[in-house]
Amino acid sequence: MEFIFDLLTPYGITENTFQNMLIAAILGISIYITLYAGLFSLANAGFMATGAYVSVILTTRYEWDFLLAVGAGIIAAGLISAIISVPVLRLSDIYLAIATIGFGEILVVLLRNFDRIYELIVNKEETITGGATGIKGIPVITTTEYLLLYLGIVVFLMVRLHRSRFGRALVAIRQDNKVAANMGINVVYYQNMAFILGAMIAGGAGALHGHLNRIILPENYGFDRAVDILTFAVLGGTTTIIGPIVGGFIIAYLPEILRRTDLVGLLGDIFGTDLGRYQANVRDMTVGMILLGVIVFLPQGIASPAMWRRVANRIWNLFNPAEKSDA
Amino acid sequence: MATHQNSLEWRASVREIRNRLKVLTERYPIIANVLIIVLSALLGYFIPYLAAEPIFRTEFNNPEQNFILMLARAGWYSMFALGYALVFSILGLLNLAHGAVYMAGAFAGLWITANQDLPIEYALPAGMLAGGLIGILVDWVAFLPLRARNAPRTSQLISSIGASIFLVNLAFILFIDQFNAPVNRFPAEKVNSIRAFQGTVPIERIEVFGLTLIDQLDYTVFPMQVTMFVVAIVMLIFLQFVIAHSKIGKAMRVVAYNPKVAQLLGINVSLIFAVTFFLSGAFAGAAGVLQGMFRVVGPFMGSEVGLIGLTVIVLGGMRSIPGAVVGSFIIANLQIATIAMGYSWLEEAVVFLALFLMLLIRPQGILGEPLQDRA
Amino acid sequence: MLELREVTKNYGGLRSLDSVNLHAEAEMITGLIGPNGAGKTTMINCISGLDHPTSGEIIFDGHSIERTPAHRITGYGLARTYQNIRLFNQMSVLENLIVAQHSDGRATLVEALFFLPSHLREYRQQRERAFELLERFHLMNVKDAPAGSLPYGDQRRLEMARALATNPKMILLDEPTAGMNPIETHELGEHILQMKEDGLTILVIEHDMSLISQVCDEVYVLNFGVIIANDTVENIKQNEEVIVAYLGRED
Repeated sequence: MEFIFDLLTPYGITENTFQNMLIAAILGISIYITLYAGLFSLANAGFMATGAYVSVILTTRYEWDFLLAVGAGIIAAGLISAIISVPVLRLSDIYLAIATIGFGEILVVLLRNFDRIYELIVNKEETITGGATGIKGIPVITTTEYLLLYLGIVVFLMVRLHRSRFGRALVAIRQDNKVAANMGINVVYYQNMAFILGAMIAGGAGALHGHLNRIILPENYGFDRAVDILTFAVLGGTTTIIGPIVGGFIIAYLPEILRRTDLVGLLGDIFGTDLGRYQANVRDMTVGMILLGVIVFLPQGIASPAMWRRVANRIWNLFNPAEKSDA
Repeated sequence: MATHQNSLEWRASVREIRNRLKVLTERYPIIANVLIIVLSALLGYFIPYLAAEPIFRTEFNNPEQNFILMLARAGWYSMFALGYALVFSILGLLNLAHGAVYMAGAFAGLWITANQDLPIEYALPAGMLAGGLIGILVDWVAFLPLRARNAPRTSQLISSIGASIFLVNLAFILFIDQFNAPVNRFPAEKVNSIRAFQGTVPIERIEVFGLTLIDQLDYTVFPMQVTMFVVAIVMLIFLQFVIAHSKIGKAMRVVAYNPKVAQLLGINVSLIFAVTFFLSGAFAGAAGVLQGMFRVVGPFMGSEVGLIGLTVIVLGGMRSIPGAVVGSFIIANLQIATIAMGYSWLEEAVVFLALFLMLLIRPQGILGEPLQDRA
Repeated sequence: MLELREVTKNYGGLRSLDSVNLHAEAEMITGLIGPNGAGKTTMINCISGLDHPTSGEIIFDGHSIERTPAHRITGYGLARTYQNIRLFNQMSVLENLIVAQHSDGRATLVEALFFLPSHLREYRQQRERAFELLERFHLMNVKDAPAGSLPYGDQRRLEMARALATNPKMILLDEPTAGMNPIETHELGEHILQMKEDGLTILVIEHDMSLISQVCDEVYVLNFGVIIANDTVENIKQNEEVIVAYLGRED
């Protein structure tokens, strides 16, 4: 591991940044699989929260083994997604997006008030999720190796999925779900499975993320997080598995890019204010710009093979003006 | 088989009634709207009343007060949601940057009064103008390029989220720059200088057509709350009137039916888009200024009301403009009832639960037409 | 093979199919003609499960299918093509043909994950079948091209090949000659007759009479949601009502 960081540190990638990049890549893949099935769902932040809270409660309160707790987090996220998938996936398009936003918000409010609801039902006061102040003093167990391993497993799963009957069915559904049904594909079943699979991947990412920072808060998993996850996939593109990974890496590395390019200082100069304390806002503003710019100018994302092929062609034509290829 | 047939007949008769109602509301939009508002308000009178009786009744938690609170809140939500619903019903776009436009309107109003030291009367028009212009800007930046290449609706959703994040954080920097603090208040002496907003007014008795609604109320109302409700009603009626009777309103309806057909009929479609976004933004700006005067102005003031507004239009029916008002009343009722029963910490949960359940049970909303399943 | 009994379909207040009765004999070619807007596409959508009739029964091969989801109807052995071609444009020609064999496959994700022999064997079989169809429809040289990039005629043929890849007993052709010249139309007719030879039942929906005359054993005429005639091709051509329905449309 050490040698990797020796390579990366000059670029400002500390161990912490690298871990965030890996988590972002995994979360990007979790939404990629739902988009792959033609589902526009913003629920993955909620599933991440499920995985994080379940696993953290199991390791801190019940002293479970870490890997078992992560497994339980994955399964919990899968179960919740299985419960909501059947009613929610009858919706499509923006209605699905709105319903999943609603789900995420409900989950955040529930986490914030879990102890009070518990008290109402069981009539016993106890601190389980810790309300708005979250769970503190979580042991830091997740290491870069665990994250790399999990990312590896997820990528392997996706690569195999592409080449399976399951994956081909999802591609067909995304392109035209009516025709897919006429080809004998059970659209509802496959969309549900993709939704649950995405939720489980996000749940695992949440469980690992929960054991990374000593503290988890309900606010970490709200609408903003859902948008972040969406940005990973949109920026990288969803035509191949590389897309969400690249997207996640870039967005997680963004604060460092901003520091190095000194955009914060530049903006501060323009407005005549010191924005040093407000780096998070400059970062969010950039995310907004990226989201807008990518969807308008690069709808396939920056990691789209088709686009790079076009770029390569253009460069080729630049140096070989005689042979005009009509790419 | 017989029951199947029965349910078919029943459905047909329901459809018949709905069609007739629709024709009537289209012919007399103002009467229909007033009726909708009165009915919703009356409904709202009883829900908090029941909630506040008798266990939870206290000096500060009584039905009359709850009713006023509910009206004010419904007014606030309606103002905000009208613009939301307008853009969706005419243009079919879900503009998630609407909350940011609301914030921008409030910002402009505050800037005019606090920084430029203009009289407070300028705040509302300034907020509306800024909201309208930023609305058009959002359309140009986030929607126009996607429309041009016929992108899916989800792309438009994403670009509007992007625009929203950008605007909110840009505003954060501007707030720091202009006011040295992210969260600000309108200057109190200026707000109070408007007679209509002055202090509090004790209400003793409210009668409607000889029916005593409120008697011996020992609660005082901020006139601001009432103002908000009244402005919302005026806006709704104005909007309905514009859509039903003006030339541009007719053009809007054609665009809503089919932009390509509108183009062929010689309607300037881009103008209609701009006008619609301007109106929508102006309404959001007005809501922002008024709510900002009542509470505070900050870059994130639009995010909460943005999600509530989304719930409101889903409940009322995303394609229905009066639906926005009906949805506002329902949400305001639910929230006030929840608070009155002593569960104020569930105030948000109720909203999103309503959103979620409505989408599962009846995605087209209360006043909406059934969603067409295109084969 | 396929039977429609009193099938009615309402859209809002509009009745687009009104008590339609239709019987398609096994291993025969049945034609369904009618002017634009007569309800032909509504009918084919109801049969293939993309839509469901408001009332009435549809029986296919002994199964009652008026409320069955589309993917299961395909499993029973009913395939279709579309009036405006609907291929999976971003997939290659070969992948289009492999994905269409979904119902015949059994392999799950787990089998694919661990490279189990059952998954590999199934994939190999599906490829072989796809190659047979490529050969038969003269698509071998474009097998790796994205389906969306093919010329129009190739797309039409690919769509028919894809319908056959689902391994059907019966096939519904929705205006297969749309946009074709007479020579291509005739060639397509030969393909359809060949499918009949192979033991398929076929329902052709058209408003072009030349293909109907070339291939059909029996013809139904649909006008404003009502079947107005049902006879052999020769007799239909003489039928007064049919002529009026068609002349009324022509301008």
